[in-house]
Amino acid sequence: MNAPVITAQGLGKRYGRRTVLHEIGFEVGAGEVFGLLGPNGAGKTTTILILLGLTEATQGTVRILGEDPQRNPLKVKRRVGYMPDSVGFYDQLSALDNLRYTARLLGIEPGERDARIMEALERVSLAEHARQRVGSFSHGMRRRLGLAEIIMKRAPIAILDEPTSGLDPQSTESFLELIEELRADGATILLSSHLLDQVQRVCDRVALFNAGRIALAGRVDELARRVLGDSHEVRLTAAGPDIREALATVPGVSRVHVPEPGRYVLQAAGDVRAEAARAAIEAGAGLQSLAVDVPSLEAIYRHTFRTGAST
Amino acid sequence: MSTRREGSPWQGLGAVTAKELADHMGSARMRILEWLVVLTAAAALYGAIEGIRQTTSSDPFVFLRLFTDAQAPLPSFAALLGFLIPLVAIGLGFDAINGEYSHRTMSRILSQPIYRDALLLGKFLAGLAALAICLVCLWLLVMGAGLILLGVPPSGEEVLRSLAFLCAALAYAGVWLALALLCSVVFRSASTSALVALGLWLFTALLWPMLAPAIAQAIAPPDLATLLSGGMDMDTVAWQQGLMRVSPAALFSDTAITLLSPATRSLGPVFLSQIQGALLGAPLPLSESLAIVWPQFTGLIAAVLVLFTAGYVCFQRQEVRT
Repeated sequence: MNAPVITAQGLGKRYGRRTVLHEIGFEVGAGEVFGLLGPNGAGKTTTILILLGLTEATQGTVRILGEDPQRNPLKVKRRVGYMPDSVGFYDQLSALDNLRYTARLLGIEPGERDARIMEALERVSLAEHARQRVGSFSHGMRRRLGLAEIIMKRAPIAILDEPTSGLDPQSTESFLELIEELRADGATILLSSHLLDQVQRVCDRVALFNAGRIALAGRVDELARRVLGDSHEVRLTAAGPDIREALATVPGVSRVHVPEPGRYVLQAAGDVRAEAARAAIEAGAGLQSLAVDVPSLEAIYRHTFRTGAST
Repeated sequence: MSTRREGSPWQGLGAVTAKELADHMGSARMRILEWLVVLTAAAALYGAIEGIRQTTSSDPFVFLRLFTDAQAPLPSFAALLGFLIPLVAIGLGFDAINGEYSHRTMSRILSQPIYRDALLLGKFLAGLAALAICLVCLWLLVMGAGLILLGVPPSGEEVLRSLAFLCAALAYAGVWLALALLCSVVFRSASTSALVALGLWLFTALLWPMLAPAIAQAIAPPDLATLLSGGMDMDTVAWQQGLMRVSPAALFSDTAITLLSPATRSLGPVFLSQIQGALLGAPLPLSESLAIVWPQFTGLIAAVLVLFTAGYVCFQRQEVRT
């Protein structure tokens, strides 16, 4: 992990007698995509609002790029782009006018405003709809407009609350691509979602929330190993001699299963495709196919909360 | 550690005000309200002009009579404004804050580098600016119609008095706008907010003038001797006036009468000792009229401040999350 740009320590939040966050803590490194994952009502949005200084933590400390969002909210808000869950815009205004309003709030120079807005709209493929009223936009277009706002802001940190919620598979795919582009630009991204498998591919690390607590945090493969054991299943087909023994010597492989001659299924602690391929070739087999089943966050989450395991 | 917030609480105020004002001026709601005001005001004005034309005696303040003369069944222009201003102000403010929640724009806007102070004050200032534009246009229409139809220009004092009335009308509008804004903070449903604000307006404008005398008599009942002589008990009258002035409508009405009818010498009971040596019906200078209505005017301003502060405190304590 690079130097942390978001740090939360012992963060707690109570509404009256109801505790919604129980002393959670995590760090997000620069340029990382970090996922706050868990079911609705687990405390993800409350955590995000505390990070933005939009609600006060009952206990604990937060630092965003070294600043306390409660003490220096304007400095934090200037450097953090936020797309809320079910992002709203002024329906009677065009996409351009909505972003012009945000640009004025941000204090972007008038001469620079429209160029930055059009560049951002171009990035999210909304440039041709710039003068269209947002009231006529689909759910997916509104989400992209939300992302355009963050791009226009040129914020080093983007916080996306449930970015793919309510999107069809195609829109989800293109939205995740946009998130990856944002990461490629060097932005640090913190996203929350209850759709674990959808966001798994873009997250470098995740924190799994349940009932206001972080039950697990880390890289997906680490969590899989910790929770599910030898969770990766590498499938290999090879012509030639039986290579069962050669494959069994690959580091990390715990079991080799041969359902039929020439087909091998390896249980491993991680993704060992490269090592398995090398072992197969060195053993004189002709490699025909190679695939891996990465453990899903959904499986990790289900297993964690079924067995009650926690860190 | 210092608890002082960084930066100015008014950062972004200009952007919020400009956007909200543009929204108001372009909204269908505002256009309908404007037409309602203009048409009813034109009818009242027509009635006043007809009345003035039938008067043969000379009047040094004939222009001001455009505001105060009524011809049944239409009320005077000033009375009509007293009725319509709250309607327009409530129309502009009842969904100012809860509308941001229902359109799900609140958290997105507050995640920009502004404080809530700027959002609330920006919305209030935009509403007040829209009302000011409306009132100034009406004032210009009245003055223009007066010039054309009466054929005489207004005197300097008439212009000043009508401008002072315009300021009082704006303060009165501010009261109802601040109340509507408070309702929009307290109630998450726009319809509930509108209903409560309209209910309070109807209560203070229609029911309170009926209730205040009854309450005053219950608090300070007149003595039997006063009742038998058909006179007024000063205690009862004082209570009645005090209670009546709880209503912004009464404060505005007092201000309008004093500013637009220069002969008005007092807004309470007048004793013979007070008018010794005075020429009955003689107009007061503007400065003295202003001195008479100063408590009413400051009362309106105080009401604006109290209601806005209540809205501000409620809004600051509110969770952004819907």
